[in-house]
Amino acid sequence: MHTFGYRANALLTFAITALAFICAIASFSDKFSNQNPSAEIQILNINRFKKQSHGNDEVSLTLDISADLQSLFTWNTKQVFVFVAAEYETPKNSLNQVSLWDAIIPAKEDAKFRIQVSNKYRFIDQGQNLRGKEFNLTLHWHVMPKTGKMFADKIVMPGYSLPDAYR
Amino acid sequence: MDWQGQKLVEQLMQILLVISGVVALVVGYTTESFRTMMLIYAGGVVLTTLVTVPNWPFYNLHPLKWLDPSEAEKHPKPQVVPAASKKKVSKK
Repeated sequence: MHTFGYRANALLTFAITALAFICAIASFSDKFSNQNPSAEIQILNINRFKKQSHGNDEVSLTLDISADLQSLFTWNTKQVFVFVAAEYETPKNSLNQVSLWDAIIPAKEDAKFRIQVSNKYRFIDQGQNLRGKEFNLTLHWHVMPKTGKMFADKIVMPGYSLPDAYR
Repeated sequence: MDWQGQKLVEQLMQILLVISGVVALVVGYTTESFRTMMLIYAGGVVLTTLVTVPNWPFYNLHPLKWLDPSEAEKHPKPQVVPAASKKKVSKK
């Protein structure tokens, strides 16, 4: 501590180490928050259901998505990434997951919403297995913190099915 | 800065930064504002810099007592042998 430069260096190093500690504690404080998100999805309409020219099935749906993800937001949350995936089984693959819609929720106020939207991303099967297919719609979310580890969870909603014939 | 001042600086630096951190964390958590926590901590770091980095007078209250010049003359430094020094010069 005998010169200006030495003291400045010591202060900077200790300040940054203490900052790392504070951020670790802030991240840890997220464990004490109660989280109870809820969601519901309805299929309003099957707009198109056909076989593409190269042989794969394609579906176009209109979804009614309502969710309350406000309890996921803490003081240490930067944003929440949410997406809806259709999950089903085929003879070729034991699990198919097709992402239909996603969004970024930047703040708590926007986390309770209801929208009617057609699928943002195309629902295309690897094959022609979708006629009469039963599938789950799963709402996934990824909570991105300001400091710390991202965590992800989901709500699985079973019981949806596609018509038996092409439209 | 003298030795006592250096010890004081080290203690002050650590205590001030730790207190800034704790206050920042507590206020940020209770107001649910990450931004507040960062601002309070930044303010604490700036305050600590102003207190500990410049060479303030109160860090120089115990100056070192150097040996008196008259005392030093009574104990002269040993002389370097001339032959050895000439050898060094010629090699250059």
